Amino acid sequence: MKILAIETSTEACSVALLDKDKCNEFHEIVPQKHTERLLPMLDELLTECKTDISEINYIAFGCGPGAFTGIRIACSAAQAISFSQDIPIIPISTLAGLAHGAAKKYNSSKIIPCIDARMQEVYWANYSFEANSGKVTLAGEEQVISPEATNISFNKGNNEIIAIGSGWLTYKELLTERHSKYKIIQSEIEYPHAKDIAEIAKIKIADGNVKQAEDALPTYLRNKVTHQKRG
Amino acid sequence: MRVLGIETSCDETGVAICDSEKGLIADALYSQVEMHTQYGGVVPELASRDHIRKVIPLVKEVLQMANMDKSEISAIAFTRGPGLMGALLVGATAARTLAWSLKIPAIGIHHMEGHLLAPMLEKEKPKFPFIALLVSGGHTQLIRVDKLGNYTLLGESLDDAVGEAFDKTAKLLGLPYPGGPSLAKLAEKGNTDRFHFPRPMTNRPGLDFSFSGLKTFAITTVRDNPDDDQTRADIACAFQEAVVDTMVIKCRRAIKETGLKTLVVAGGVGANLRLREALGVEIKRLGGKLYFPGLKYCTDNGAMIAYAGCIRLLQGQEPEESFQPRPRWPLEELF
Ligand SMILES: Nc1ncnc2c1ncn2[C@@H]1O[C@H](COP(=O)(O)OP(=O)(O)O)[C@@H](O)[C@H]1O
Repeated sequence: MKILAIETSTEACSVALLDKDKCNEFHEIVPQKHTERLLPMLDELLTECKTDISEINYIAFGCGPGAFTGIRIACSAAQAISFSQDIPIIPISTLAGLAHGAAKKYNSSKIIPCIDARMQEVYWANYSFEANSGKVTLAGEEQVISPEATNISFNKGNNEIIAIGSGWLTYKELLTERHSKYKIIQSEIEYPHAKDIAEIAKIKIADGNVKQAEDALPTYLRNKVTHQKRG
Repeated sequence: MRVLGIETSCDETGVAICDSEKGLIADALYSQVEMHTQYGGVVPELASRDHIRKVIPLVKEVLQMANMDKSEISAIAFTRGPGLMGALLVGATAARTLAWSLKIPAIGIHHMEGHLLAPMLEKEKPKFPFIALLVSGGHTQLIRVDKLGNYTLLGESLDDAVGEAFDKTAKLLGLPYPGGPSLAKLAEKGNTDRFHFPRPMTNRPGLDFSFSGLKTFAITTVRDNPDDDQTRADIACAFQEAVVDTMVIKCRRAIKETGLKTLVVAGGVGANLRLREALGVEIKRLGGKLYFPGLKYCTDNGAMIAYAGCIRLLQGQEPEESFQPRPRWPLEELF
């Protein structure tokens, strides 16, 4: 089973191919250049893996939250691949992708992914990781929220949490102060990786959690994008 | 050759298939106008969010209409610009990735070239060289077209585009967005003789336009007159007459200056029936030929993009790898 994954919701342009347990990834930091790099990177990836696009069984993508244009690039591209190859599509939360990356690296169970959402807000979530199943599970809801209003709601076990994502760097002081009762381990991973998107997708596929091209849409979280209606 | 065209530059998602032998064989359009109406204009972020919901369903729809499998598509054309960045990006990404996945070429099309060539979707096609009057929500241009990709700007609006002038004046008269069609409808009930609007920039030489003065004139006319239905209709009528008359005068000038006798009108305002009628009379008088796109191909659509892609590919244009949109892209930079 071959899963192709695309993640472009931040400055990173990331593509990965998961073939059974083997995963190859190409990951570049290319602000504003996703449109130029995405397809060449997919070509490089497929060449490296000696795989033709027609051999791909599933397409996964980071569906956000993140930069609106970025998540639409991943979504549009993934929809196009799903439709043209007649394969199922799996949208994966970018925050879950970050959490999954941190969980593997730190082997820790409490993860707070946080992405800078501009306009003095962050995308924020509480994820827990179960080593047995290899799954990250969302506690509560993913939010777009002012850093001053963020909450950590783990109440079992030790007080160690993994902080991951660009939001923790932008609001470092504010967030560490607000959550000072936790022992915060700062991950240096800033951006989500396609590799993690692919691995989460694999679990979703096993659960039968897949979609048709046009049903896979971005998760924006921020829905107030207009000013008040006029007259 | 069968080219799939995808247009997402503003507030319509258009997808179509053009066959190099048979012409247009399928065409589908989703308009977001209703959604934007409540905001009094296009909200760019909402436009992008809507396009991404519609592109794939419309591609499926046109393939079904044409009774075709996706493997039978020879190439994909998409609107590269000008337009709204976020909106363009959705269509460009989908188109370019579809082409990549199907291993066929993709080609980025200039939106205004699409409009300009839209009259060629009709049975009777204009022949090069000709003069094109491009009139839309964002453009008012007179262009000399010697052949595909050879465009010389003869004149353009120095301020508001003509569609914009229609929309703003319509708003002033309390008409819903987009104002052009509603103003034209109201003008039908108006009396031509009650008000007289100026014909901007017609009493000096040149082919440039200016429409912001008409809007100001409309503001004072509305302010100084009673607020009733007939008055509003009379103002709409006088405004439309002034715009139409101005365009007729400039087109006549362009024909005289260039010696070209074929005029092609394209863009959303080309749907205006009064303009069609007046230009028809004038061109007949001058012994020239006038071409319009069909009414549904005046405003944004996928058909014109599929067609432009088809003829550019037939002409041997090389496809490109990048799908970076060009939100601002002067037509004269094309070749
Ligand atoms: N019948 C009409 N009379 C006058 N203006 C019209 C008519 N129909 C459409 N329009 C105007 O055309 C413009 C839209 O044209 P379109 O080519 O889609 O423009 P753009 O792509 O620049 O937005 C709008 O400004 C609209 O009001």
